[in-house]
Amino acid sequence: MSEYKIDHNMALTGEPPKSLDTWQKLAVLIGMSGLGILLLATLNINFPDKTLWLTISLSALATGILLFSYREYQGKSKGIKNDGVWFKSISSRGLWAWLSGIALTGFYIVLYFFPQYLGLNPDGENTGVISLFDPLSKVLSGNPASQWFVYGVLYTIAILAFGIKFLYKYRHNRYERLRTFSVMFFQTAFAFLIPELMLRLNNPDLPYYDLKNIWPLNYYNFEQYRVDQFISAGTIGIALLIFGVLSILVITPILTYKYGKRWYCSWVCGCGGLAETAGDPFRHLSDKSLFAWRVERWVVHSVLVFVVLMTTAVIYTYLGYDADKYWLNREFFLISVASGLTILFALIWYFKKDELEKDAKYGAVTYLAIILGLIVIHYLSGSNVFLFQAETLRSTYAFLIGAIFSGVIGTGFYPIFGNRVWCRFGCPMAAILGIQQRLFSRFRITTNGGQCISCGNCSTYCEMGIDVRAYAQKGQNIIRASCVGCGICSAVCPRGVLKLENGSRDNRINSDGVLLGNDVDLLDHIRDYDPTRSPRKE
Amino acid sequence: MKHIVIIGNGISGVTAARHIRKQKDYRITLISSESQYFFSRTALMYIYMGHMTYENTKPYEDWFWKKNRLELLFAHVEKVDTDTKTLHLDTGDNVTYDRLIIACGSKPNRFGWPGQDLEGVQGLYSKQDLEMLERNAPNNKQCPHAVIIGGGLIGIELAEMLSTRKIPVTFLVREKNFWGNILPPEDAALIEEHIREHHIDLRLSTELKEIEADENGRCRAVITNTGERIECQLVGLTAGVSPNIDFLKDSKIELGRGVKVNRYLETNIADVFAIGDCAEQTETSGKRRPIEAVWYTGRMMGEVVAQTICGRRTPYQPGHWFNSAKFFDIEYQTYGWVWPEPSENEKQLFWKHPSGKKAIRLAYDKNTKHLLGLNSFGIRIRHEVIDQWLTEKRKLSYVIENFKEALFEPEFFGTYKEDLRMIKNQFATV
Ligand SMILES: Cc1cc2nc3c(=O)[nH]c(=O)nc-3n(C[C@H](O)[C@H](O)[C@H](O)COP(=O)(O)OP(=O)(O)OC[C@H]3O[C@@H](n4cnc5c(N)ncnc54)[C@H](O)[C@@H]3O)c2cc1C
Ligand code: SF4
Ligand code: SF4
Repeated sequence: MSEYKIDHNMALTGEPPKSLDTWQKLAVLIGMSGLGILLLATLNINFPDKTLWLTISLSALATGILLFSYREYQGKSKGIKNDGVWFKSISSRGLWAWLSGIALTGFYIVLYFFPQYLGLNPDGENTGVISLFDPLSKVLSGNPASQWFVYGVLYTIAILAFGIKFLYKYRHNRYERLRTFSVMFFQTAFAFLIPELMLRLNNPDLPYYDLKNIWPLNYYNFEQYRVDQFISAGTIGIALLIFGVLSILVITPILTYKYGKRWYCSWVCGCGGLAETAGDPFRHLSDKSLFAWRVERWVVHSVLVFVVLMTTAVIYTYLGYDADKYWLNREFFLISVASGLTILFALIWYFKKDELEKDAKYGAVTYLAIILGLIVIHYLSGSNVFLFQAETLRSTYAFLIGAIFSGVIGTGFYPIFGNRVWCRFGCPMAAILGIQQRLFSRFRITTNGGQCISCGNCSTYCEMGIDVRAYAQKGQNIIRASCVGCGICSAVCPRGVLKLENGSRDNRINSDGVLLGNDVDLLDHIRDYDPTRSPRKE
Repeated sequence: MKHIVIIGNGISGVTAARHIRKQKDYRITLISSESQYFFSRTALMYIYMGHMTYENTKPYEDWFWKKNRLELLFAHVEKVDTDTKTLHLDTGDNVTYDRLIIACGSKPNRFGWPGQDLEGVQGLYSKQDLEMLERNAPNNKQCPHAVIIGGGLIGIELAEMLSTRKIPVTFLVREKNFWGNILPPEDAALIEEHIREHHIDLRLSTELKEIEADENGRCRAVITNTGERIECQLVGLTAGVSPNIDFLKDSKIELGRGVKVNRYLETNIADVFAIGDCAEQTETSGKRRPIEAVWYTGRMMGEVVAQTICGRRTPYQPGHWFNSAKFFDIEYQTYGWVWPEPSENEKQLFWKHPSGKKAIRLAYDKNTKHLLGLNSFGIRIRHEVIDQWLTEKRKLSYVIENFKEALFEPEFFGTYKEDLRMIKNQFATV
C-alpha cells in the first residue's frame, strides 16, 4: 500500500530530461567565470583595468545565461517547455537549489548589512567589488558606485538576460512576450537609467527616484529627507512629490480597475520583473495549500497595516518638528488619514460585504479598530505616536520588511519557496492592489465551459500558489486578490481552459457557475443545491 | 443512516460522492485499489515528463476527505453479492451497502496478440502502469527503442512522454490515418506531420502481429503485419480501453461490454448504479456511443446519479458532444459532430493556416445549412458560444460572420485578425 515512489527512483536510476549538453556546460562555465571575477574583486584582488574587467565579467554573465537558454530551447517546436522541471536539482529543491539559495541569501545579508565587505567606503576611495563598478557609475551619474549601484546593475542584467530566456521559452505566446518586454523596459529605463541620469543632468538635490516604485512598496518615499529634497529641488521636485501621491491615490486605482493588478505586478514592477524572469524556473515551488492561503492573507495585510501606521507616524512626526516648513498641519494630517481609512472601510463594507469571507471581515474590523484606536490614544495623550517612536517603527520596518522579507527571504529563497514569496506574503503594494482587484476591477480569469480535465498544470505553475484548478474544474471564474495576471496558468493549460480577460463587472463572479454539458434541468438542480461560494468549501 | 458505497475513486465516483454530500448526510465510502487518494489520471503523462509531481495531480488536499466525511478504503473489491448487499474485499473484510455505485473505470485493451503478456509490454492507464513504465523505460540506455501500438489519444501521449527522455519511438497505427476513426483525413494529416516533426517514426496502416521474447521472457522485438521486425525494449499497448469489470462476472449484475444501465444509470439490480467509463448505456442519446470513456462524461454521470440517490430521479441527458486533447504542442478541441467521412446531409469546410499548426473544420447540414460541429487545432474556442450556436441551430453564414465571438484565445494573439480574414475568405467562396 505504498504511495507513489517514482519521484525517488528517478533521482537514482532514471535519466529524465535533465542532462546538460556540452554547450550548456560551457555556458555554465562562462557564466561562473563572470561571477568569479566579481568574487575575486570582493576578496580584494586588484584588477588593473577596472572598466575592462567589469565589461568582461558582465558580458560573461550575460553570455552564459543566453547561451544556456539558446541550447535549452533551440530546435524544439514552439510550446510549453516544462520537461524535467521536477527532475532538475536546481528547480526541485535539490542540492543545487539549496546551494544557490544559501549563496543568494548570503549575498543579500552582506549587501544590506555589511556593505563594507563589498568594498564600500563612504569616506574615501571604494575598494573591492564596488570599486570595480566605479567607472560605470561615474559615466552614468558622475558619482562613485555604491552597493546599491552594484546591485542595480546586476539586477538589471538579470532581468534582461533571463528576460531574453523567457522570451525565447514563450515565443509562441504573445501575452507573455509583451509583458516581458515591458518589465525589461521599465527596469532598464525607470529603475536604472533615468534616476542615474537625473542625478547627473538635472539636479543633485533630487532624491534618487524610480518613478515606477510606488509607495508603499517604496516605503521611504515620504520620509523627511526625501520630502525635503523634493521641496528644495523646486518645481520639478514638487511635481515628483505630487506624482508620488497621485500614483497611489489616483493612477493605481484607475489602472487596477481597468486591467487588474497585473498592470503593475507583472508588467511594470521591478520585484515582479525579477520574479518573472530570473525567478521563472522556480514558479512551481509555491505552496498551494489552503493553509498557505490563510497565512498569506494575514501576513500580507499585516504588513500593509504596518506600513500605513509607520508612514503616518513618520510624516506626523516631522510635520511637528518644523511646523512652518510644510503647509500640511500635523493634526489635519492625522485626522485626514483616520477619516480617509474610515470612509474607505465604510464604502467597502456597504457595497461589498457579501463578497467578503468571514476571516476577511474579522481582519478588516480588527485592523481598522487598531489603527483608529492608536490615532485616538495619541490624540488624547499627545505623547508618543502609536505607542512607539516613529523612528523605531521606521527602522523596524526597514529591517524586517524592507531588507529581510523582500531581499533575503523574497529573493534569496527563490529556489526553495518559489519566486513570488515576497509578492505573495510580504508586499504591501500587492496587498492594496489585491483588495482592489478582488472588489473593484474588471479583470478575471474565465474558464472555458466543461473542458477542464483537472490535470493540475495551472495550479502547479501558479507562482502565487493559487489553486486555479479548484475553480476551473467547477467552471468558476478566478477572481483572487493575489493573482498577478502572469498568464502562465492559461499558457500551460493543455485544454485551453483559462483566459485572462477584462470585461463587464456583471457576472464577473459566477460563484454558482456550472459546467456545460448537462441538460438544462439538471443545471437548475445543481444551482439550487450549491450552497458554496468558495470552491474549497464543500 | 444510509450507507452509499462507491467502487472506484476516479472522477466519476468522486463527483458522485461530492454531490451526494452536498445534499445529504448519508454515510459515504469510496473504495479503490489504485491509490489512497483521488488523483487525476489525465495528468499521468505530466508526472513522467517532470512537469508535475504525483502530489500535484491530486485535485483535493488530503484533509478534504475527512472534513467532508467521505470515507476512503484502499482495497480491492473481489466479489459483489447483490442479494446480501455485500462486497468482499481482498483484505478479507466485507462491506455492506444500501446503495452501490459502480465507477470502476477501464483497462487497456489487449487483443490476444502473441507475446502481449511479456515483461516490457504494458498499457498506460493506472498509477501502477506509470510506475511500471518508470521501470521499463527510465531512460534511453535501458530502453534504446520503444514501439507503441494503436493510434489514439493515449498512444500519442505515450509517444510524447518517451520522447522527452529521448527514447526513439516507432508508432504503429492500424488505420491509414492517425486517429482515423475520429479525425477527417486532412485533420489527421496535420497531426501526422507534427508527430513526425518530433522525430517519431509513425507507421500508418501497420498492425502488430506478434511480440518476440528474449531468453528472460522480456520483449525483444515486434513483428508487424508487413513482416518487419523492430527491436525494442518497451511495447506500449494503447489500442483503446474497455470497462474494467472482470470482478463483476459472477455477480447478478447484467453486463455487456460494460455494466448495462438505463437512462437513469440504474442497473438491472435495484439500488445498484454504474457511472463513468464502465457504464454501458442501453438507450443512448443522439449519436453518442453506448460507452463514453472520457473525463467529463464521467463527471456528468457522477452529478446525475447523485441527484437520483438523493431522491430526485434524474436521467442522464448529456448536451452537445465536446472533447479536447493535445497532440504534442497542438491543442485540439471538438464540439458537436464532425465525422471522419461526412455523413448523409453533412458537408464540411476546412481551413488550414500556412504554418500547418492551426486549422478549423466546420461541419454543416447541406440542406438546412445549420452548424453541426467544429474541429479546431491550435486555436482555442469558447465552449459556451459554440454550444449555444449548436442549440440555436445557427446557419453557417452566421457562424462564419461571428466567428470572432467563438474565440477563446489569450489576449494579444492579434494574428487572429489575419486568421479570421483567411477563414472568412476561404469559407465564403464555398
Ligand atoms: C493516460 C490517460 C489520459 C487521459 N486523458 C484524457 C483526456 O485528456 N480527456 C478525457 O476526457 N479523458 C481522458 N482520459 C480518460 C479519462 O481519464 C477517463 O475517462 C476517466 O478517468 C474515467 O473515470 P472513472 O471515474 O470512470 O474511472 P477511473 O478513473 O478508471 O477510476 C476507477 C477506479 O476504480 C478502481 N477500481 C476498479 N475496479 C476496482 C475494484 N474491483 N476494487 C477496487 N477498486 C477498483 C480503479 O483502480 C480506479 O482507480 C485519459 C485516460 C488516460 C489513461
Ligand atoms: S484548467 Fe487546464 S491546466 Fe488547470 S486543471 Fe483544468 S485542464 Fe488542467
Ligand atoms: S492565477 Fe494564473 S495569472 Fe494569476 S498569478 Fe496564478 S498563474 Fe498567474
